[in-house]
Amino acid sequence: MFIKEYIKDVYSGVKSLLAGMRRTGKYFITPSEIITEQYPEFKAKLSERFRGEVVMPHDANNEHACTGCTACELACPNGTIKIITKVDLQPDGKKKKAIDTFVYHLEMCTMCNLCIEACPTDAIKMAQNFEHSVFDRNMLTKKLNKAGSKIREGVE
Amino acid sequence: MYTTTEILEQKIQVAPTGELQDTGDLVINIGPQHPATHGVLHLVITLDGETVKKIEPHLGYIHRSIEKMCESLSYRQFIYSTSRMDYLSAHINNHACAMCVEKGLQIEVPRRAMVIRVLMDELTRIASHELWWGAMAMDLGAFTPFFHAFREREKITDIMEESCGARLTMNYIVPGGVMNDIHPDFQQKIKEFITQFKSKIYEYDEMVTGNIIFQNRTKGVGRISKEDAISYGCSGPVARASGVRSDIRKLYPYEVYNEVEFDEILETAGDSFARYMVRVREMHQSISIIEQLIDNIPEGDFQAKTKAVLKLPKGEFYTRVETARGELGVYIISEGGTTPYRIKFRSPGFSNLSALEHMAKGGKLGDLMATMGTLDLVIPDIDR
Repeated sequence: MFIKEYIKDVYSGVKSLLAGMRRTGKYFITPSEIITEQYPEFKAKLSERFRGEVVMPHDANNEHACTGCTACELACPNGTIKIITKVDLQPDGKKKKAIDTFVYHLEMCTMCNLCIEACPTDAIKMAQNFEHSVFDRNMLTKKLNKAGSKIREGVE
Repeated sequence: MYTTTEILEQKIQVAPTGELQDTGDLVINIGPQHPATHGVLHLVITLDGETVKKIEPHLGYIHRSIEKMCESLSYRQFIYSTSRMDYLSAHINNHACAMCVEKGLQIEVPRRAMVIRVLMDELTRIASHELWWGAMAMDLGAFTPFFHAFREREKITDIMEESCGARLTMNYIVPGGVMNDIHPDFQQKIKEFITQFKSKIYEYDEMVTGNIIFQNRTKGVGRISKEDAISYGCSGPVARASGVRSDIRKLYPYEVYNEVEFDEILETAGDSFARYMVRVREMHQSISIIEQLIDNIPEGDFQAKTKAVLKLPKGEFYTRVETARGELGVYIISEGGTTPYRIKFRSPGFSNLSALEHMAKGGKLGDLMATMGTLDLVIPDIDR
């Protein structure tokens, strides 16, 4: 009686196992849809909202929209952004605050998007670049404003 | 309690492993690095032969002191760090925190934002259950289901990436609404996903649920009664598998959950198979909720107007939501400043883990894996 039960169990076990393996076998023989992407050759197309890193867009005249208000610095939970300001002399002799260096620590950034939300002039945005591997950690500390750039006319 | 000197002098013998004790018991360590624990969980198990006599979970390997960290962050900033607790239902964690802040500030959330939040919550729930399903089958020796589960989960992460900007730690919910409006393709992508999910879900039953070997390994294993589930503070699918009504979405409806129709899945067996069935059936309920809401996203603002600096009035605020693992409670004490005085998270994983010893005691070591798999433990959630 025990042996009969045992053989029945084994039979039903193998039967249900084969039912599952039939599914695997079907995909093995007829791979109708291949969803694996061969990474280095084919890079996935990321959506425009994907958060890769913070960048500061500059226009053709090497001008940006950052006023140095430090709203992003205050909004950042990790201390990723550090803005060093300087005082610029305007052509008419007035003094105006402007950014000297926009320091961005990519190694500390968690891509939470809070700095972009906080920016009143849309001076910074998220880029879709996700390949951040470098050999030296110091290379992850970036200066976002380009050399010789200045604030765009009319941005307050 | 151990004193500091005792710990420093290492008088406490935590785990004398691998040696036969005087009583004939064997103490072994599972973890902190073990594929079946899905993270850095350390279990010290006392075995009598192959029978489990005692399980002692040792925590602290991934403790990042998120609660303490939140005390120094503002009410906008602290939400992002809760994504790192239960990373599989990161969106629902953010939801709970945002709701607690809104409760304190008495912000009226626009209806559009509410519907978007619920849609995202349910997508997260499905994604979390999909991953659990694959990982649980892998614990029990079936490797293929993992890829099938990830095929569907990938669609959800794509939707998340398109609308929220990230795949896992979204930080999409802000106090007052959501960060961005949904992507124009959002509704169409979700409909595509629902079609795919419905045409593929039968494979799940074919591969795992109907498998006799799987059923024999889970039925009657890791049983916990209704009374014990309540007294251990279990919540979520673990409690519902024992017949405890514990769905926060039904009992204390938040956002638009009282307007949608769905069933609270209840099983009575309380064993591993019942917990498995609860989660698999919950996925169908989540699909049903999404179907009801996807064509009825109201027009309007996606975010209420809030002040730049949020200051909660003095007092205590508590909200709770149903994550994929159970009840998550957020408790904020405010002194009236810009940062919380104290934040406490009641995480579902911690209470569910505490019932593990009760479930697995007297069972075999192999059955422990089935029990642990169906508990759906996410270690950073236990060890905040």
